[in-house]
Amino acid sequence: MLQLTPAPHISSGTNTKKIMYSVILALTPALIGSVYFFGWRALFLTILSVLSAEVTEYLFQKVTGRESRISNGSAVITGILLAFNISVNSPWWLPVAGSIFAIFVAKQVFGGLGYNIFNPALAGRAFLMASWPSLMTGRWIAPNSGTLSGLSSITLDGVTQATPLSLLKLHQGESVIQSLNSPGMLKALFFGNVGGCIGETSALLLLIGALYLFIKGYADWRISVGYIGSIFIFSGILYLFRVSPVNPLFHILAGGVMLGGLFMATDLVTSPVTRKGRWIFGFGGGIICVLIRLWGGYPEGVSYSILLMNMFVPLLDRMAPKVYGGLK
Amino acid sequence: MSRTFIDGIIKNNLILVLAIGLCPTLAVTTSAYNGLGMGLAATFVLIFSNLIISAFRNIIPDNLRIPIFIVIIATFVTVVDYTLKAYVPFLSVQLGVFVPLIVVNCGILGRAEGFAYDHSPGYALMDGLGIGLGFTIILFVMGTIREILGQGIWLKIPGMFSGFKVFGEAFTNSSVILMILPPGGFLTIALLMGIFNLFRRK
Repeated sequence: MLQLTPAPHISSGTNTKKIMYSVILALTPALIGSVYFFGWRALFLTILSVLSAEVTEYLFQKVTGRESRISNGSAVITGILLAFNISVNSPWWLPVAGSIFAIFVAKQVFGGLGYNIFNPALAGRAFLMASWPSLMTGRWIAPNSGTLSGLSSITLDGVTQATPLSLLKLHQGESVIQSLNSPGMLKALFFGNVGGCIGETSALLLLIGALYLFIKGYADWRISVGYIGSIFIFSGILYLFRVSPVNPLFHILAGGVMLGGLFMATDLVTSPVTRKGRWIFGFGGGIICVLIRLWGGYPEGVSYSILLMNMFVPLLDRMAPKVYGGLK
Repeated sequence: MSRTFIDGIIKNNLILVLAIGLCPTLAVTTSAYNGLGMGLAATFVLIFSNLIISAFRNIIPDNLRIPIFIVIIATFVTVVDYTLKAYVPFLSVQLGVFVPLIVVNCGILGRAEGFAYDHSPGYALMDGLGIGLGFTIILFVMGTIREILGQGIWLKIPGMFSGFKVFGEAFTNSSVILMILPPGGFLTIALLMGIFNLFRRK
């Protein structure tokens, strides 16, 4: 039979599944890096997080009688990103609770993939931060790179160590600030050999993954450049005026700026559709992040900055260009 | 008349359907005991304000009705406030400013304006009972959910009973603090509304 379909007839071959699996591939270097820096437990927590995200999604779609779409991989990404946001020293149920909240409350009740207002992984992190603040901020361990340690929660050889950002927040005197500004610290931050959340430490590995997505066109570099760039410029100005004690390179390499700016702000669902909107989205997020870091109550502001900008997306989307020849 | 009573609990449920009187609902349902106390206090005010307003509905002038409603409601709120202070001082401290605020609870004013003012005292009484019971049930359920998840205990009565440890010691020590914070209130109310609508549609 001859089938008649309306134009367009050329398919780009891109679909949700393809994009999602590319993002998972792009996150793999950082995941391998996390195992290298923090041991097998990093992988264990990530797998737990992914599994609970998938199971939550499956059960929700089953119970509500929707078409099951768990194979499209979007829940896997949420699971990985959520695990990347917790300390390797967390109890096993922490990523499980976070994933369930992320998928159930932040994603599925809003209508599932494509309808969620907030990035599910970040909403899950905000939930964990509000519910178990001590587990989310007080259990950092130093990376023991190379020596792949075991799965146990309290690693005997793992030394608890404050993250660079919490040192900055504590303001423990001139020598600490000097060590934060040292080239050695910047190098450690770039390669990832510092304490922190599972997936956020290595700027290099995250950049490799993100570069792949930018080339493929599955993430917009404008958001990332706007976000990381505005953090660099804003904290640079503050550094020049001696308001910020640490240099702008420290600000963009430390904490979750790379993870957030490259993988979470660029989430296709929760970012604006227009180019101009994306620049504003990234820029606003960067400013909020620096404000929280320097004057807020938390050492890190990436997650809240992106969540706040997520709320502006519907507003930014109204700036769509006028239809040519359309009525005013 | 029994129809009015049942409608008050389900079809006109103050929180899940009419969505009025949410302020005390979100604020005091951090524990089941607080929710129950608030629900009963509001129910008392609701029953008597409905009854009095309905009885006097023919002499209350139309253009002065709202101030008169408020005065009648405030009378019963004062009664409740002093009773709580005298007999359950712990609860009175826990509920705090939200007891005097029952005066401006739009749920109670809403029923006075929307029901009692144009129905006979018998119906108004049944409406007050039904609405009050519906309100109390939801407050108690919300308090139960938030207390169990947020503190790991159930039915803690300050100064008298330390509560049941529902999921054991380990859960109590690392409970979901978010649930007793304001976002937990919004989440619980939203989920209850969703579930309620799911069953009502069937």
